[in-house]
Amino acid sequence: MKKILTSLALIGLVVAGTGAIAAEEAHNAAAPTHFPINEPKEMDWSFTGPFGTYDKAQLQRGLKVYKEVCSACHSMDLVAFRTLSDLGYNEAQIKSLAASYTIHDGPNDAGEMFDRPGKPSDHFPAPFANVEAAAASNGGAAPPDMSLLAKARGVERGFPQFVFDIFTQYDAGGPDYIHSLLTGYDQTPPAGMVIPEGTHYNPYFMSGVSLKMPKPLSDGQVTYDDGAPQTIDQYSRDVSAFLTWAAEPHMEDRKKTGFRVLVFLLLFGALVYMTKRKVWEGVAH
Amino acid sequence: MSEGHSTYTPKTGIERWFDARMPLPRLVYDSFVAYPVPRNLNYAWTFGGILSIMLVAQILTGIVLAMHYTADTNLAFGSVEKIMRDVNSGWLLRYMHANGASFFFIAVYIHIFRGLYYGSYKAPRELLWILGCIIYLLMMATGFMGYVLPWGQMSFWGATVITGFFSAIPLVGDWIQQLLLGGFAVDNPTLNRFFALHYLLPFMIAGVVVLHVWALHVTGQNNPTGIEIKSKTDTVAFTPYATIKDAFGMIVFLFFFAYFVFYLPNYLGHPDNYIVANPLKTPAHIVPEWYFLPFYAILRAITFNIGPINSKLGGVLCMFGAIVMLFLVPWLDTSKVRSAVYRPWYKLFFWLFVADAILLGWLGSQPAEGSYVFMAQMATLLYFAFFLVALPVLGLIETPRRLPNSITEAVLEKNKGGSGHPAGAAAAPETKG
Repeated sequence: MKKILTSLALIGLVVAGTGAIAAEEAHNAAAPTHFPINEPKEMDWSFTGPFGTYDKAQLQRGLKVYKEVCSACHSMDLVAFRTLSDLGYNEAQIKSLAASYTIHDGPNDAGEMFDRPGKPSDHFPAPFANVEAAAASNGGAAPPDMSLLAKARGVERGFPQFVFDIFTQYDAGGPDYIHSLLTGYDQTPPAGMVIPEGTHYNPYFMSGVSLKMPKPLSDGQVTYDDGAPQTIDQYSRDVSAFLTWAAEPHMEDRKKTGFRVLVFLLLFGALVYMTKRKVWEGVAH
Repeated sequence: MSEGHSTYTPKTGIERWFDARMPLPRLVYDSFVAYPVPRNLNYAWTFGGILSIMLVAQILTGIVLAMHYTADTNLAFGSVEKIMRDVNSGWLLRYMHANGASFFFIAVYIHIFRGLYYGSYKAPRELLWILGCIIYLLMMATGFMGYVLPWGQMSFWGATVITGFFSAIPLVGDWIQQLLLGGFAVDNPTLNRFFALHYLLPFMIAGVVVLHVWALHVTGQNNPTGIEIKSKTDTVAFTPYATIKDAFGMIVFLFFFAYFVFYLPNYLGHPDNYIVANPLKTPAHIVPEWYFLPFYAILRAITFNIGPINSKLGGVLCMFGAIVMLFLVPWLDTSKVRSAVYRPWYKLFFWLFVADAILLGWLGSQPAEGSYVFMAQMATLLYFAFFLVALPVLGLIETPRRLPNSITEAVLEKNKGGSGHPAGAAAAPETKG
């Protein structure tokens, strides 16, 4: 056992050593080569950790931000209205919310397309007819669909952080990134940095110095009726939490089931181990 | 070991009826109950059993997933999301299957390293070892094609990069690549054939596993001392001794597996694969699944031309060569002693090799630029040096430690020394279990 540990320590040393060499890089503030310029800020989320749950009030506020701000450009194709019961809405509320949307449907018996009010089984309608239309209206780049955004974004954690993440169960890379990006506007780029025309500097953006999306949120833009602060920071947290739910709606069920499975395996493992001890008793090995 | 006469005696009427017609109960009894195993096997030997349950779990979850999956470039991504959102326990099935692939590879790597450490590939187990290498190759093909099926960005671009290797082969390269793709680029025909093959290959793996286990039952298991079984006192019956130990190993392994499935289901994946494949948008860094990273690092380490071999072909040759090395191990190792326990120098080089393989894996995940390239080249050199220099040369110049006369003697010696003073035991890694 001691030998294995020494060997593992040796491996760790070698890997850590080379990591340190690689980390030494020339740093030029005006022309960065690695993005994002700033690492995302790690926030406290209700849904992280082994017993994490979604904060329903927060998800409802996040939905409001999505509806009133994001949905002007971003679709959310994979999310059905009926699933909003996860946010604490009852059937009647979901029906009326769905009905507030107009769904393009058809063809009908006469062979014509028609518009009708949404039903709970419908998904959120997209703001643009197709990707090309979305791109044409947004300076050539279509705003990404938001259904999976919280799982489709995440800044590489690097060594040794990615090892620690196993033990801390860090699974908020997506929401941390989205929150940092949304609150990362309005900063002055370093002197000499070239910001391409029609883009906006944001040191938290993971694929360059700036992005096409202008600063989407401002203080007081969305009215909350539960007394939560109406600030960019709060909006960003809420919408990030909402998008995490949208990307992983069964997270609570998953973690709850996981705890039961691990407890079972622990108890079963202990019993099997004791049986094993008993079986091998008296057999030198 | 194998040719020993059967000790099975049918007790009930049904058993006698079967035994006279098709002695399946006898086969099971002889293989999994009475089968003698070395008494000194440690927990590293539980990974064979662990791999079997992982294969079964992958096949079972995979069959149900296939009932809900659609192999069409326009529908594949959505059908996977449908599984995640609307299929009952679909999220569980998919996360078990995706993480199951990773844990299958974790188990197989431990299994392979165990074989290398204890010399399990040496005569008469060469064929057993090679069958294992074939399983590993089939696993890699299956894993690679499975990763393409969700049709995310990494699926598409990973498939593009990996099938692109084949175009480096002179003369027939382009033809092979087009055959794999079913066209000139990764598209619907690619997805369809990958799905068909991804469904087929696991059953081929199961077939080779049967051969692997057959070969194992002919030669008998190796053990931490590397000394063959000489008498009945060297062994214990498979059941209950090995079964209960394997069961405990499996539960511990499943615990780690469950930890990832339920708490970190996307840890081993790449965020980009939650973006639907877009042939017009190349991701910033294309990275294959973690279990291919050491080979990916070797591929990219060759940045220079060697005579008529350009860097691309050189990289591909080195990558495939890295796998070929495994097949040659039984003949590259010249040592008369099997187990690293009695080979002080080999033991050192073995652990250096493990460190090198991990380093290569990490380098494979980093962009191929700057100091990473040089490190990858050095690590590649070390990788091949282990097989082509260390294995043949060490066997000739190394003075092994004194070998015990039998497994029983080794066990008794260890237990005598172990109780009084723990220090100095040469077989320290083997004391566990």
